[in-house]
Amino acid sequence: MTPASERPLTAMIDPAAGPPDCAAYERHGGWQATRRALGRLAPAEIIDMVTRSKLRGRGGAGFGTGQKWSFVPKESATERQKYLIANADEMEPGTFKDRWLLEGNPLQLIEGMILAAYAVQAGHGIIFLRGEYHLACTRLHRAIGEARQLGWLGENILGSGFGLDIHVHSSAGRYICGEETALLTALEGRRPTPRSKPPFPQTGGLWGAPSVVNNVETLCNLPHIITNGPEWFAGLGLGEDGGTKIYGVSGRVARPGAWELPIGTPLRQIIEERAGGMRPGYQLRALLPGGASTAFLDAAALDVAMDYGSVEKAGSRLGTGMAIILDDRTCPIGMIRNLEHFFAQESCGWCTPCRDGLPWVERLLDAIEDGTGQDEDMDQLARHARMLGAPGRTFCAHAPGAMAPLASGLKLFAADFAAHIRQRRCPQQSGA
Amino acid sequence: MLTAEAPLPAPVRAEILALAAQEPHPRGAGVAALRLVQAHFGWVSTAHLREVAALLGMSADDLDGIATCFNLLFRRPVGRHVIMLCDSVTCWIMGREPLCAHLWLTLGIRPGETTADNAITLLPTVCIGHCDHAPAMLVDNALHGNVTTATLDHLIDTLGHTP
Amino acid sequence: MTSIRIDGRDCPTRAGINLLQACLEAGASLPYFCWHPELGSVGACRQCAIKQFSGPDDTKGRIVMACMTPVSENTIISIDDPEARDFRASIIEWMMVNHPHDCPVCEEGGECHLRDMTVMTGHNTRRYRFTKRTHRNQDLGPFVKHEMNRCIACYRCVRFYRDYAGGDDLAVFASHDNVYFGRAEDGTLQNAFSGNLAEICPTGVFTDKPFSAIYTRKWDLRGAPSVCVHCAVGCNTIANAREETLRRVLNRYNADVNRYLLCDRGRFGHGFVNAPTRIRTPLRGIGGQQVPISMADALTTFARMAAQGRIVGIASTRAALETCFSLHALVGPQNFCTGQTRHEQECTELAHALLARHPGALPTLHEMESADAVLVLGEDVCATAPRLGLSLRQSVRQASFHTADDAKVPRWMDAAVRTLGAQCPSGLYVLTPAPTDLDGVAAQTRRAAPDDIARLGFAIAHEIDPAAPPVIDLMPDDMQLAARIAHTLVAARKPLVVSGMQYGAPALIQAASSIAAALARATPEAGLSLVLPECNSMGLAMMGGLSLETVMEQARAGEISTLVIVENDLTRHLSQADVAELVAAVPDIVVIDHTATPLCQQAGLVLPVAAFSECSGTLVSQEGRAQRFFQVVFPPAPIQAGWRWIQALARSLDPPAPHMTGLTGWQDLDDVLAALAPVFPHLAPATQAAPGADYRMNGQKLRSQTYRASGRTVIRSYISVRDQPPPSSPDTPFSSSMEGAYGPDMPAALVSGYQASPWNSVQALNRFQHEIGGPLRGGDCGIRLLSRAGHPDAKAAYATDIPRPHAVQADTVLVLPDTRLFGSDELSTLSPPVMARATAPTLGLPASMVTSGRMVLHLDDGPHVLPVEPVPGLPVGIALCPAHMVARAFRFPQMARLETVPDEEERS
Repeated sequence: MTPASERPLTAMIDPAAGPPDCAAYERHGGWQATRRALGRLAPAEIIDMVTRSKLRGRGGAGFGTGQKWSFVPKESATERQKYLIANADEMEPGTFKDRWLLEGNPLQLIEGMILAAYAVQAGHGIIFLRGEYHLACTRLHRAIGEARQLGWLGENILGSGFGLDIHVHSSAGRYICGEETALLTALEGRRPTPRSKPPFPQTGGLWGAPSVVNNVETLCNLPHIITNGPEWFAGLGLGEDGGTKIYGVSGRVARPGAWELPIGTPLRQIIEERAGGMRPGYQLRALLPGGASTAFLDAAALDVAMDYGSVEKAGSRLGTGMAIILDDRTCPIGMIRNLEHFFAQESCGWCTPCRDGLPWVERLLDAIEDGTGQDEDMDQLARHARMLGAPGRTFCAHAPGAMAPLASGLKLFAADFAAHIRQRRCPQQSGA
Repeated sequence: MLTAEAPLPAPVRAEILALAAQEPHPRGAGVAALRLVQAHFGWVSTAHLREVAALLGMSADDLDGIATCFNLLFRRPVGRHVIMLCDSVTCWIMGREPLCAHLWLTLGIRPGETTADNAITLLPTVCIGHCDHAPAMLVDNALHGNVTTATLDHLIDTLGHTP
Repeated sequence: MTSIRIDGRDCPTRAGINLLQACLEAGASLPYFCWHPELGSVGACRQCAIKQFSGPDDTKGRIVMACMTPVSENTIISIDDPEARDFRASIIEWMMVNHPHDCPVCEEGGECHLRDMTVMTGHNTRRYRFTKRTHRNQDLGPFVKHEMNRCIACYRCVRFYRDYAGGDDLAVFASHDNVYFGRAEDGTLQNAFSGNLAEICPTGVFTDKPFSAIYTRKWDLRGAPSVCVHCAVGCNTIANAREETLRRVLNRYNADVNRYLLCDRGRFGHGFVNAPTRIRTPLRGIGGQQVPISMADALTTFARMAAQGRIVGIASTRAALETCFSLHALVGPQNFCTGQTRHEQECTELAHALLARHPGALPTLHEMESADAVLVLGEDVCATAPRLGLSLRQSVRQASFHTADDAKVPRWMDAAVRTLGAQCPSGLYVLTPAPTDLDGVAAQTRRAAPDDIARLGFAIAHEIDPAAPPVIDLMPDDMQLAARIAHTLVAARKPLVVSGMQYGAPALIQAASSIAAALARATPEAGLSLVLPECNSMGLAMMGGLSLETVMEQARAGEISTLVIVENDLTRHLSQADVAELVAAVPDIVVIDHTATPLCQQAGLVLPVAAFSECSGTLVSQEGRAQRFFQVVFPPAPIQAGWRWIQALARSLDPPAPHMTGLTGWQDLDDVLAALAPVFPHLAPATQAAPGADYRMNGQKLRSQTYRASGRTVIRSYISVRDQPPPSSPDTPFSSSMEGAYGPDMPAALVSGYQASPWNSVQALNRFQHEIGGPLRGGDCGIRLLSRAGHPDAKAAYATDIPRPHAVQADTVLVLPDTRLFGSDELSTLSPPVMARATAPTLGLPASMVTSGRMVLHLDDGPHVLPVEPVPGLPVGIALCPAHMVARAFRFPQMARLETVPDEEERS
């Protein structure tokens, strides 16, 4: 087990004991950052610290957190309505890291939000929570209530003049709400379709007001950056990026799970040491390194360091850092079909290529998997991967994300596709 | 007995108005209000949708356009219990299809259907963040992992007898 | 001048627009769906993908959506780039995945933008081999037909209906490839602009339902430029006909007036032309019976009548200028009545005078859209001038545009601007007695009696300019409101005051004028707009003449032998008793009309006149714009234009009266106008409203059918297979057939339809403009007869007769006309689909005055039992009664007694 000092995000999480209350949280080092920051550090100083910490967004896109904040207009919270929103709409298939943080230590998120809100001078905090996360919802409400009662939330926190209240928005199940602009649209009580940029949320976000949307894991890092300093945080990473990262593995490994490790930990170490390698009788065939919308990597890529740049160089994306393993006894076409079904269903229906292209892809894969595939189907799949995969062609990143496993899968599993079409059946009994 | 056609109880209406009052525009409370109604009645009937819309100063068309695009808002009646069986990638790899087939065999329902005794509705759900315990499902608000046909059988037994 | 390079060609363009506009303006055929000139860009359909290069050395480029990319200096783009072409073809292919390919049975066929775009991209082979998803259609009411399977999900319908027109009963449902555009349940679309969906929808999801019942392909329709006759706004329309019946009315673009959109009354009101109420032969009233007679007999009858003594002519505010002027010529100025009551005439003439001397701007509808503060003073414009109401609805976006400008977001970036503007304040104030459709977007509304609104108005004028007379005894609340509105108006760059004649209150018009004049001292752009009741009210205000009351007095005195009443149902202006008295006092009554009005029943001679679609003429809109409408249907004789009937009457006289010089000799419409000009010099420019009948393009007349029109021999084959010469009109430069010239550069007033290969839908309009959304290539449609007075002396404009506050009286109520979008206008109400939309009359009362379900209202003409409806906010002491629907002549406020229904009283 990594020592607690090297896994700041999860050190306080004890599933048996439940989440810490304010007192326990404080005993273990909580609220130090808030005491240090509010009224003592200027908002600009915090933004500078976070920039120096090399913290990048943990939701999947990996944008520099300090940089993201720097675009927010500088008026104080009392002068201008601004919003700080925690993106807790964790819905990427194969991803279960934010639930761990939300259920395990909601106060850490709340403190992170206080710090972020103070940095951008937002007076309103919202947690956009997945509708299916019932336990997290209960615990967040309890934690917010306690924090409010003890003055950690509300007006004039610690006499600093800065105030923040946090409101939990329980969503109702739509993957696209994880896209930050669709999330804002959903909060306005409209159909959650993404928005065009500009305006960027930082200048024209929720209800037209400056807004920052940060992932739960991103926000949870903030208390530790402020408490221990940006250099400490940057030093936690093994490569270019700063801090730790919650990595996870699911599929037919010995011990599926999630672990907080230095960012840049090699994939092989995560799978073999943490997840205990493959289950007996199964071989690793390929994997999606960071959720459903990342490209397949094969076994040859296992030595890649799990940081933003390295995974991209290997041909995929770090994404959420939660790997999904394809074993040798599972049909890769079946797996891709499952993924594309998900993406087709979760398309918001706004732009043509995504709305009508993804269902076509799904049906082609259905046909191939069910033994009615034709040779031309491969051209159609390749065409869709090409047409939908490049950025800027669809309105948002949903379809390019959907094409990442398809495009890489077409290359990696070409023989499997050919066998399905030739044999008019799936050669593997999959999903069983 | 609360029925889906009776007007919303006064406390629910009051709570919806309170939710709306917190928002810069009442429509911001749309999803929360519909979830509240669903928590009371199990689903959102057209009569209730209209009532909520009126409370939020929206047209029923407008609000239904939002209701119908969210997976967790039910615009048709569901059984006393709702099993949401994850159909995303890890659960698929780990064997959710045989579980689905097992439910069809034992209960005679496919995803989207409700048992004749109105006890159980089966719905698919996208990944519920329990991939390290795949296959996973939500039964009402409770999360279940490492689901097997045996655990399903046990669950069905229990659910059949609980109101 | 900005320049961009499109496929190696340098094209001058305009800064501030997007690349799609730039490409279209450069003449390129770049396909698109979700973008619409009036709705802006949202980037949903992805059809207008092009390749953009970062500089001359960039050979790779990147795909961008033209509609979402602003023009910048030295932009280099390619439409022909193979990758861009490939992507655009894919987009169409995706749209076609679920499209039913039912073109042969689709109303859109022949004018389908989707089909044009499909051909344009070259998609012609179906590769999708799976089943299509299907939808259930909805009954959306009498105007709009719904066929959801054709939908390509461009989102234009909801963006127009909800965001632009403020409707809330059309929405998007579900998600992914199952998105559904419709209502929560079957039911009539409630928005006043629903018919535009037929033109906004790029394919056949929303189509014109009445047209569908008498359907003809676009290529078989004859078209003519026309002008709407259902209010005084003067929207430009295209009238389409086949087999000498009017089939539909479409929007005709006029950059200043209606632009891309019509209201439903205008689009669907034309049904009166084909209704059973039409008169098709001359009728002689003998012993209470109306007997058809020949044209010759009719004229002989008239000659006999005329020989008995003095003839007085009653014109009409719904008749063309030429018809009114010919009547003027027939009877002479001393015997010419405008067809209005004294009160109405005073109001219209006051409105004309105030507009004529307004020192500020007289904004067009398009200019109103950019007003940054608007005061609506005592007029429900959404009912009386619906299209104007739609323009005012757009004006409230000004603050969001300024926010967008600050954020450097182009104004056409529609969704982004709406996001930024979520919290922007509205600059619209609506002061009316009853709720209006604009209330939802107003900064503030105030319900008050017309006199109290006028008092508020005068108080606002005084706030702006202390030289304007003060209002005494104003309540503190009202003083604050007046100060707030005055402050908003003064701070605005383009303030606008709108009032009108709905409540027949000169004080309201005066107050509006005073405010606008006060503003104009410091803000030259301060605008004034006054809503008039009928399509040619302004024309009659500029002609002048006797009022109906004067005619009544003369009739009573036995001074009138024959009344010639043209296109005027006096029963809508005078009480039953007055009409009866008039009929009794005048020996001979001649009615010239196209519709069997109640008045016709009482006439000795009825002559069938051409409706707007069957003749040509000129109307003057409320903003003083003279506009020409042209004949599209050639009705069987003896139906003919009003002025031709009057000329025939004149010719039947022996000897002719000395003042009718010229009348009997006129050959065509141009002769009528030429004669009008010297008699009414301020109407003289109306002769320039459109090119005359002798206009030729490339030496040819203009064709009014498409070159694909089916052969006319075939059309008439059930009568005779012999070829017949096509009918022709001496009044227009149009040939009635496919022979003749046509093109995007033709004079704007003569555009009979839009088609510019390969653009066959209404979207071909882009080809008729130099700049998208700018004037037509062929210049202006119509001509303004009023222009800004320009003299800075506002003080002269201040009226001093400020009304006393409205006093609630114990036994009586002030009954105000409840002008209905559907039901109050005379002609549209005879159109079956509009009739279906007109709801039963009710008596509107403040909730506190509702004592039972039905009540008796004692109007001038007697008691009426009406169901009662509580009207939120209606001031105490005021009742709303639908104009013309209960008492036929009721249209201006009157005091009336109100009682509970006796038997209901007993029951309660």
